[in-house]
Amino acid sequence: MGRFIVRRLLASIPVLFLVSLITFGLLWLVPGDPASMFLDASATAEALERVRRELGLDRPFLVRMGEWYMRLLQGDLGTSLLLNRSVTSAILERLPVTLSLTMLAFFFAVLIGVAAGVVAAVRHGKAADQGMMTLALLGLSIPEFWLGLVLIWVVAVLVPIFPPGDYVPFFTNPWEWARHIALPTFTLACVQMGFVARMTRSSMLEVLGQDFVRTARAKGLPESYVVVRHGLVNAMVPIVTVMGIMVGGLLGGAVVIEQVFSIPGMGRLIIGAVLSRDFPVIQGGLLFLALIYLMVNIGVDLLYAVIDPRVRLE
Amino acid sequence: MSATTTVQAAPNAAPSAAPGRKSFVRRLFGNRSFVIGLVLVGLIALLALLANVVAPYDPLKGNFRERMLAPNLQHWMGTDHFGRDILSRVLHGARISLQIGFMVALLTGAAGVIIGATAGYFRRTDGVIMRLMDAFMAFPSIILAIAISSVLGASVTNVIIALAIAATPHTARIVRASVMVVREMEYVEAARALGAGHARILLRHVMANAMAPLVVRMTYVFAVAILAEAVLSYIGVGPPPPAPTFGAIIANGRDFIIAAPWITVAPGLAIVACVLGLNLLGDGLRDVLDPRMVVNR
Repeated sequence: MGRFIVRRLLASIPVLFLVSLITFGLLWLVPGDPASMFLDASATAEALERVRRELGLDRPFLVRMGEWYMRLLQGDLGTSLLLNRSVTSAILERLPVTLSLTMLAFFFAVLIGVAAGVVAAVRHGKAADQGMMTLALLGLSIPEFWLGLVLIWVVAVLVPIFPPGDYVPFFTNPWEWARHIALPTFTLACVQMGFVARMTRSSMLEVLGQDFVRTARAKGLPESYVVVRHGLVNAMVPIVTVMGIMVGGLLGGAVVIEQVFSIPGMGRLIIGAVLSRDFPVIQGGLLFLALIYLMVNIGVDLLYAVIDPRVRLE
Repeated sequence: MSATTTVQAAPNAAPSAAPGRKSFVRRLFGNRSFVIGLVLVGLIALLALLANVVAPYDPLKGNFRERMLAPNLQHWMGTDHFGRDILSRVLHGARISLQIGFMVALLTGAAGVIIGATAGYFRRTDGVIMRLMDAFMAFPSIILAIAISSVLGASVTNVIIALAIAATPHTARIVRASVMVVREMEYVEAARALGAGHARILLRHVMANAMAPLVVRMTYVFAVAILAEAVLSYIGVGPPPPAPTFGAIIANGRDFIIAAPWITVAPGLAIVACVLGLNLLGDGLRDVLDPRMVVNR
């Protein structure tokens, strides 16, 4: 197991390098002068010159890249053009909000999604199966941000206990925090649940058709035991894969949902930066999200090795 | 599920050996998902194509005497804060969104084939290409699309490029996987023994037999692109205003969500209809082309 972990971590180094290269290269995609994209047309020559210097555009490409990497290795992502502060500290300040939203939504999406998928597989072809799969497909077809807006409207009219904005941090007032985070969590989880339910169902159907499940039933084991211990445990590998992929969707979804519910997380930081062309923050945000997603996927791979010992010997 | 019983009787029988096998088209039209999806998508596409004829009003022209009207007989979906007819805007929006989605699916398919087939067929390039694809997949795709679209500048073409870049790595990976299976087949070896070149083997033998997952994936990319385009427009990095894209109409309605919810609800329902139709189409295609196919989505 130890060797497997080391191998997996080493394998992620080239990917990490390429991720940073893509992030750095983003500025290169800008048509024309990035500095004049950040400032408006009325900007003075001195202001343009200052922004160019801040972005390092006055130096040769390779020198700029070398400096960028030197600072990156020290955890320094540069200075925000708009906020005039360190990108790293701005991100770290908002990261907990986004992560808590993502993790809560992940928890509910997995819990309900797996349960729905198992029930659908057990009741294969029956009304429960068809109903749940229709709901799951509908979930996949709804734009998250729109669902959030519709929920704000419906909830404001019917049950005005969940406020649509004015986020309160957990440590200020846990109860208020819960009231504020409920709707965004529900919105995010709703869509992602569909993926989990669909994958759980198809994976379960495959396993439940196997000989050892028939043997388990023939032995007279209780059906619930067969479904969970023989079915679900063996159906876990593809489900875990989907969970890993889902984190990407959740992080992306959280960024957009924060915008809808005015939650001061990374999403609002990144989208604010996107709209004002604050390039260091865009790059820093991308890099951070990619890093989180990469770590989750390493975790997923390690989880495979735990679930299925054959993976370790591959 | 009569298929299950036949399989149990002869577990290793190839589907082509099954007696009384229906033709591909007949199986396709016997699939409920596919038919519902096709009807839904076909209907929306028709309305979108005929938007100029079908739309009752000009999607861009406001009428200040008819601002924020609730849905009524003159304005089936109501009007927005400029007095613009929502139905007309949604119909024209469908045109832009479907066009973007279709182009993204096409571009992603082409790029996915080139990259995936190269990596899967020429094994020496595999490591480098796939690590690069892994790196692109390390970014949550919607964030990557937002960042690229914002950096390139807002326009329909740039939105298509941004969404295609975000969707290509996964597509390439799917193509590569099926190419790697097909290239080991005996008929490919036979073609090589007969002296066929790489180009001929790739096009005539490998790609022809690796098409099924690609077609399914492209349908899903089409659906996801419509969702993603709405997000980009909503945030403000989509096609520039006054283009009536789905996301832009929703963004317009955002501030009036309590007073005039129809501005937001109508375009959202249109998105759901489009995406649901495409997802059903994709599910149907997947079931008919290969029930065992795994296309993560």
